[in-house]
Amino acid sequence: MKSRRDFMKTAATGAVLLGAQSKLGMAELLDQHKSRVVVARDSALHGPGGQLDEKRVLALLDRAIAAYTGRDKPVEAWKRIVPVGKVIGLKVNGLGGKGISTHLALTLAICERLQQAGVKPGEIVVWERDARSLQACSLTINTDSSRVRCYGNDVGGYEDQPVTFGSVRVKLAKILTRECDMVINVPILKDHEMAGITFSMKNMYGVIARPDQLHAGGCNPAVADLNCIPAIRDKVRFTIGDAMTSVYDGGPGFHPERLWQPNALIVGEDRVAIDQIAWQMIERKRAEAGMPTLEAASRSPRYIATAADATHNLGTNDPQHIHLMEV
Amino acid sequence: MILVVAAATGTGCKRKSPFPASGAVAGWEKTSETRVYAAKDLYQYIDGDAEQYISAGVVSTSTSDYKFQGQLEATVDVHTMGGAAGARKIMETGTKDAKPVQLGDAGFAYAQSIIFRKGSSLVRIVAYESTPDTPQALLALARGVEAKL
Repeated sequence: MKSRRDFMKTAATGAVLLGAQSKLGMAELLDQHKSRVVVARDSALHGPGGQLDEKRVLALLDRAIAAYTGRDKPVEAWKRIVPVGKVIGLKVNGLGGKGISTHLALTLAICERLQQAGVKPGEIVVWERDARSLQACSLTINTDSSRVRCYGNDVGGYEDQPVTFGSVRVKLAKILTRECDMVINVPILKDHEMAGITFSMKNMYGVIARPDQLHAGGCNPAVADLNCIPAIRDKVRFTIGDAMTSVYDGGPGFHPERLWQPNALIVGEDRVAIDQIAWQMIERKRAEAGMPTLEAASRSPRYIATAADATHNLGTNDPQHIHLMEV
Repeated sequence: MILVVAAATGTGCKRKSPFPASGAVAGWEKTSETRVYAAKDLYQYIDGDAEQYISAGVVSTSTSDYKFQGQLEATVDVHTMGGAAGARKIMETGTKDAKPVQLGDAGFAYAQSIIFRKGSSLVRIVAYESTPDTPQALLALARGVEAKL
């Protein structure tokens, strides 16, 4: 778990600067040292036919980013998140197939705002493990650097030399190691048959070769160890989590009978805090559906607590240290 | 290694394809090639879901996409297990809200999906949209697959 000093250090050096500090009272000032997580919701996000309303997705993204940065104007807000002149990766998730992958509307909305904030199209790389996963996200492969690039590790390849942290020894995707200066993590919230849930930290299984080798023990401590590898820890600095549609059981594949629409985005820098909040969302839905907790189902996502421990120190899973902003 | 099997017959494959060709089931068009994953590569297709199939003895999984009347998209997965017991084991989980249907040795239907087993084959068909026609259309496609197993 992060110490208060660590939080202050993170707040001072993180990619996102805090906004409107002068307007904050004592409670808010104390909250600055907590990990901020924004959950933005729009109950009208899906139209009558179940289709996402793209304009509402963009508006929801703007609301989430505004709440997180304290800046109402989207372009100003985004300038506080991303550096100009650097290559920004968007790591989406399409492994669950067409019905339960990062939504195209969200990916396009992020790309639009990045460009308005000064990132050139060719400096944006939308990526996943392979072409099939990207197609599941309704994305089209493009390697032309005059436009937003979009391709998988099957094109970019993996490093020859493995890297190690704790229990994991993996070969990283070159898109992460050689192309991207910063990565925005854009996972989709899902129940997971082995890990309990998959969201921010588990999405990093898509940046390595042979992720199947990291599923033992409910993916614990592998998820936490993997996120401690410097290229992942340092470059993946922001999460815009897609919780617009989710599966609360039977995941990570598409199970329409267990589909649910939280109609939310979960945004923040602290990947552990984000996963903690996301886990609780799934638990609430399972309780509502009369299903056992993940603990009772013998697949509690223990990797979240591991990621917060002193060895990993990736963030906090302590609700007392999470400033949850629901907008 | 993932094998991509040509949709047409006469490709030299000895095993009969369980996937109905376009038009073989009224309204359904086969919209992709058939992809075949050996057990060791199944994670490439279904990630963490692979473990439950591997522990139940899956040998390979074949999958193909379909479209009904040019609109409703669906995916058919045919898991070839080591034996009928493996197919039964997978079927035992997660069917409590389903409606039993007469397909193969046992079958269940939800509003947007169907699962059934026949011998050592386990078939799951999932639609990506829920329309009034979806249940009947899926059932017809499932019967088309069943007939080819």
